[in-house]
Amino acid sequence: MSDKPEKFIDENGLRLDGRRVNEMRPMKMEIGVLTRADGSCYLEWGKNKVLAAVYGPRELHPRRLQKSDSALIRYRYNMAAFSVEERIRPGPSRRSIEISKVSREAFEPVVMTHLYPGAVIDVFAEVLQADAGTRTAAINAASMALADAGIPMKGLVSACAVGKVDGQLVLDLDKPEDNYGDADIPMAMTSDGEITLLQMDGDVTQEEFKKAIEMCKEGCRQILEMQKETLKKKFTKLEEVEISDDEEEVDVSALVECTLASEEEVDDVSEDALGEGATGDDEDLEDSDIEEDLEDSDIDEDLEDSDIEEDLEDSDIEEDLEDSDMADEDAEGDEEDELEESFRNLEETDIPEDDKEKIV
Amino acid sequence: MGNEVMSVLKKDYIYNLMLKGKRQDGRAFDKIRNIDLRTNVIEKAEGSAWIKLGETEVLVGVKLQVGSPFPDSPGEGVIITSMELNPIASPDFEAGPPKEGAIEMARVTDRGIRESGAIDLSKLCITEGEEVWIVFIDIHVLNNAGNIQDASSLGAIAALLTATVPVEREGRGEDMPIPVRDMPISVTLVDIGGEMMVDPDLNEETVCDSRITIVSNQDGSISGMQKSGDGALTEEKLLKAVSLACQKASELRETHLLNI
Repeated sequence: MSDKPEKFIDENGLRLDGRRVNEMRPMKMEIGVLTRADGSCYLEWGKNKVLAAVYGPRELHPRRLQKSDSALIRYRYNMAAFSVEERIRPGPSRRSIEISKVSREAFEPVVMTHLYPGAVIDVFAEVLQADAGTRTAAINAASMALADAGIPMKGLVSACAVGKVDGQLVLDLDKPEDNYGDADIPMAMTSDGEITLLQMDGDVTQEEFKKAIEMCKEGCRQILEMQKETLKKKFTKLEEVEISDDEEEVDVSALVECTLASEEEVDDVSEDALGEGATGDDEDLEDSDIEEDLEDSDIDEDLEDSDIEEDLEDSDIEEDLEDSDMADEDAEGDEEDELEESFRNLEETDIPEDDKEKIV
Repeated sequence: MGNEVMSVLKKDYIYNLMLKGKRQDGRAFDKIRNIDLRTNVIEKAEGSAWIKLGETEVLVGVKLQVGSPFPDSPGEGVIITSMELNPIASPDFEAGPPKEGAIEMARVTDRGIRESGAIDLSKLCITEGEEVWIVFIDIHVLNNAGNIQDASSLGAIAALLTATVPVEREGRGEDMPIPVRDMPISVTLVDIGGEMMVDPDLNEETVCDSRITIVSNQDGSISGMQKSGDGALTEEKLLKAVSLACQKASELRETHLLNI
């Protein structure tokens, strides 16, 4: 493990990785990357690599868990064993259970669950590589996956963290800043700036906290722009294919709502980007969808059950020892993962002119 | 907890009271329920506190053991906080491993104590990289009448203030008190129909849109925060909650902790 750096911000006001205090790490995202999920998103943010998928609304079993007046949202934040420097034991930890809970609650205010009584909307967020800020990265990806799945929402949710290093507030902590900094405040917001997730640990004054909210707001606004762009790009491209001869301008905002189209696009993207999967033709996939979905829900159920059993077997002390360490997302692996190779050919998100300079 | 079942009539009742600026038990929005705090109630524990917040009852015990440090902090002791929502405390609690609600509250309490630097962990090191003291803070909830979070956090710091490090028992010299440097106190508020209320009782906790816990220290700085529940909070409400929570925490510290 590396030692604490002497200074986090140099005399030119630049951070260890060359960013300014209010600058985020570069982010790119791609939606519709998984063919079997109803909606999905792959997101890279600095060295974080996160994959989110949404299944549903679908029938919830066992029935006693169903809510008669709304859909249930289930959110599972999970870290891959190889996602951090020192391997972590697979399966839910106390940390991941807490993150799953607050992340789910971050989406409750925006997802229009009352439209699907008795159903469940499953959100799975897998952290493939972790490098500080995974919960916020996962929320950004999950937000896109929900939109990709066509789940009715009042708006997108965006999330980022503000922290304190060398007595200064900085946007989007990287690993050393997270490990050795003085505070970490992850937040998620709706497009109106209402806060749906807020956690904090460290040490800040009331004034600093007020400033932190403002910085976070600006960060979330930038992320929201990227999220919108990514959604627009997908649906605009689709429309161009469909009305290839028509020169009429496309009303993009209306298309974002268009959900039917997403399934076809899923095949498109995965063939382009991953070069595998989606081998069957569209009709086959669509026909089998319903049956397979049902099977899926059973399998998931089993998986969850076995998780709980495992939990029971775990010795408490060991569990606690591992979890009580706040800095349990271990330091980054500098070598690029194989995974990155496979995702490298994903297109990079268009960056608005203004931000381009900063991000480079 | 969210598991409590409540009739629509009762929800309406609490909401309508709020519109008139009132609460079910007649408290003002910024009033914390009566607190009864007793320390050293369990002789077998190195430190303990029994706390009654309104009708909510929580027992906190502190035990210390010798163990190995985390690899990334070889010269520091370890804090482990866990909470059990025992079935004795509510008809809605079930036996079994802690669920997300209990895990969340234990971790919020833990972060408050850890991040404020309340315990001088470097003084709990025996031999660097090999042996340190592990401080176990176990929170036993006995009766849930709302706001277990604040009761636990106040109980935890009170128990720590009275705890001794059992050096003698281990044959390593003389006993010493746990080196406590700060007194982080959590104050929880709920948002009911747009009004923020301090120290929610069970009904308020059940109907609220969202809940915010703020942990603050002696110098007025904030060392932990957690939003919980299905609602969203505006910036304005949040900032109001933060300043109120810091003020309430310093009142609590004065009345209940400074004389321990």
